[in-house]
Amino acid sequence: MKTLSFIEDIGRRSPRFDAPDKARGKEKFASDLYPENLLWAGALRAGIPHGEIRSIIVDRALSMAGVHAVLTRKDVPGPNRQGFVYWDMPVLCGKKVRHAGDAVALVIAETREILAKALESIQVDISPLPVVDSIDAALSDQAPKVHDLTTGNLLKAATITKGDPAVLATCDILLEEYFSTPVQEHAYLETENGVARLDKEGILHLIVSTQAPFRDRLEIARALGLDPGKIHITAPYLGGGFGGKDGATVQCLLALAALHAKGRPVKMWWDREESMVAGYKRHAARMHYCLGAKKDGELVALKCEIDYDTGAYAHLGVEIMALGLEHAAGPYRIPNMEAKGRCIYTNNPIAGAFRGFGVAQVSFAFEGMMDRLALKLNMDPLALRRKNALIRGDKNCADITMTHSTGMAECLLRLADHYLWTDRGKWVAAAPRFKRRGVGISAVFNGMGYGHGLPDYAVAKVRLTQSGTIRVYNGVSDMGQGNASTFVQMAVEILCQDRENMELVQPDTDRTHPSGSSSAGRTTYTYGNALIKACTALRDKLCNRAALMLLMDDARGFAMVPGAVRHLATGKEISLAALAAIMHPEDRLCVADHLMVTTPEMPQGGEAFSLGFPHLIYPFAAHLARVEVDELTGGVCVKDYLAFTDGGRVLNPQTFEQQVQGAVAQGIGYALCEAVQTTQSLISTRDLSTYILPTSLDLPDIQSHCVETIEHSGPFGMKGIGEVGLNGPLPAIGSALIHAGLPMNRAPFTPERILAALQGQADKKKEPPCR
Amino acid sequence: MQIKFTLNHQPVTLEADPSMRAIDLLREHCGLTGPKEGCSTGECGACAVWINGVTRLSCLMLAAQLQGQSVVTVEGVNPDSPDTLHPVQEAFVNCGAVQCGYCTPGMIMTAAQLLACERTPSRERIREAISGNLCRCTGYHKIVDAVEAAAQAMDREIS
Ligand code: FES
Ligand code: FES
Repeated sequence: MKTLSFIEDIGRRSPRFDAPDKARGKEKFASDLYPENLLWAGALRAGIPHGEIRSIIVDRALSMAGVHAVLTRKDVPGPNRQGFVYWDMPVLCGKKVRHAGDAVALVIAETREILAKALESIQVDISPLPVVDSIDAALSDQAPKVHDLTTGNLLKAATITKGDPAVLATCDILLEEYFSTPVQEHAYLETENGVARLDKEGILHLIVSTQAPFRDRLEIARALGLDPGKIHITAPYLGGGFGGKDGATVQCLLALAALHAKGRPVKMWWDREESMVAGYKRHAARMHYCLGAKKDGELVALKCEIDYDTGAYAHLGVEIMALGLEHAAGPYRIPNMEAKGRCIYTNNPIAGAFRGFGVAQVSFAFEGMMDRLALKLNMDPLALRRKNALIRGDKNCADITMTHSTGMAECLLRLADHYLWTDRGKWVAAAPRFKRRGVGISAVFNGMGYGHGLPDYAVAKVRLTQSGTIRVYNGVSDMGQGNASTFVQMAVEILCQDRENMELVQPDTDRTHPSGSSSAGRTTYTYGNALIKACTALRDKLCNRAALMLLMDDARGFAMVPGAVRHLATGKEISLAALAAIMHPEDRLCVADHLMVTTPEMPQGGEAFSLGFPHLIYPFAAHLARVEVDELTGGVCVKDYLAFTDGGRVLNPQTFEQQVQGAVAQGIGYALCEAVQTTQSLISTRDLSTYILPTSLDLPDIQSHCVETIEHSGPFGMKGIGEVGLNGPLPAIGSALIHAGLPMNRAPFTPERILAALQGQADKKKEPPCR
Repeated sequence: MQIKFTLNHQPVTLEADPSMRAIDLLREHCGLTGPKEGCSTGECGACAVWINGVTRLSCLMLAAQLQGQSVVTVEGVNPDSPDTLHPVQEAFVNCGAVQCGYCTPGMIMTAAQLLACERTPSRERIREAISGNLCRCTGYHKIVDAVEAAAQAMDREIS
């Protein structure tokens, strides 16, 4: 590749630092590691969604040549509990299985083939219990309990109230609808995996495809009763994450395997089917909405009930529900709201964190209400949204004052001017025979950071190396979003170095500092803020040391230039390598931390959530979809897609567009074709030919534009946009369909459902009335 | 059994179980982890390599099928100057077609093969050609941009 001779500073469209090695096939992902002398570990999955374990007979497996160990619950040294807030998930099940993907035994073998045979030969006797396969089944009086809760299968219920929701009854216009959204698979191309080894000193080393290496260390220690100080985790670049690698996947199983491998390295790599059966998913939700407005379109009140199916274990289900309630009425000024949420255990596959974290679901509902209101009032749907859009100083639906960057209205304004919107009438009218066209929009937002109750902090570290290069120690996993590259760009900006003079270390619990998980749109924001401080301190220090060497009184008048520090007035320079040679290694290092601000406001009812609620800073977006429906097949095709995103200042337009386009693609899949199917809680979509991901032929070009506000609290004015883009497509496509005469209340919009709607069959199931 | 083939333009002779999958032979025995495994069932394209110049899925092939063939992985797409990037790789980097990068090697093999056959494919044609390669990160937009840019760069080189 040609040498890039310019400084790739902030704001520039720079190719990513990690891209060349990935394009060469040189980058080593966790799954690319095959340490010498390795053993393979694999878990036996229950295969039964609910039942009591009577016996597990492992003798045949144990007697097979090449099998090193077969472990069950009794071999787990610690409390055997995994989870974020609710430690409800066993590493290996002993008494009970709660979903078909539960691990009941762990085998360590010489090869993958032996491993597969050994797993097959284990005899598990599980006496089945009645299966809790839906929210309704879970809440019925006779429902068997998935966990031993006094509240039955109700993990958590909460109500957020703003103003006086009772005014709903007196509104000019009152609309009521039910919506439901499917279970979505993360479907990262690199499935869950890692390698582990116990060294002679008793240190457990793991290299894992994980979004949260520092949390993993604590989780492994807790679940297996180990000393966290003796666990060392490295997180190379991930082949995708999207939330699905935040939390325990292979970690505890691998650690347990390594404890029994006599010092040999152990590799565990779930295949696609195991990833689908045992991995986390997006929560299915059902939502009941009652919206009240004035005749002129001003929103007055919302009452809604939102149920999330968290599957067999809590994971972050309660926090996900909290975000759903926080965003329940959309990015609008609405004075009265009552949002009730329930998070419910079933025997379905485990639902957990996924880009759009609880908000993707409610976005469909609140935007669906806006389109129905626009139709009812015969009002332009964009004008209706603009009329109600949050501006700074407003209180959002969760009663949080918008004190930070708030670009919602601007996103809509820009969308209103775009030809895809202004030309829509012509385009719709030009639909070919047997095709029906619609143009839809959506306005969405997504709280950024961990939120109240869980300090969102990061510790950045940067070093001038012995050889005069600058090394950034990234503490937050890069699952593909490019935060690591942006960190280099930030350091380049402050220290004025060429990319060639930069080095990057990926998260490593020995070398980098705890900086939280790669999640919640916080990654670049929080670590970036810390890194700016660390780099600024290093710059000042290097100027200072250069002054000493060049016999100047102080560091005034010095500046960093590529490869050196220069005294501007005299032009005298000292190279970074020369500077490094005289500095003590400890002096060549700067560490700084950052803690994200949180809101002091607490909505009524918010105390129910111990953490993750509410938020202070929100990115916003307005999306547009031009959709064509085939009236003969029911197929829906997105012809054009447009997104305006307020992410504060844009640090690198290329990575910005990457995030938006990727999120939109995942959102279009969510709207059109992606749904994990289960029968009696058993997954039937177990591969990529039954679980359909959008291919290059299914997606249009995705136009992404930024609406630059300044997020004053953010590094160089940015805020995180990793999540918000996912929330737009489902409602935008739903909006296009309703304006084409096809109101849809259930996602995804499969050909069967579209055909039913075309035949005038209402897309509504009878649901219970408002509680 | 003994398997003799050409790997990234070098002759190799290996002792391997013929029933082993080609992808495992390449990744575990030859240390070439460019080809990725995303599904094992021919659905994702991450494992794509060239066999005698034609893109094939190495997860669906057995080691024995490599006998006597010429195999090229992403590590070997630019044989003349291994230190520089192939124009397709360079375009992927510059156009932002790489995010997590796990689909990238397979995409590059497919795209480079397309451009070996067609000098200036349309965006539609590019979308068709890469439709067997899944990407979960990019939405394909920038991948199509990259293949277009690479086509232009290569076309310039030729003319
Ligand atoms: S791994 Fe070969 S096609 Fe997916
Ligand atoms: S870049 Fe991640 S799958 Fe394509």
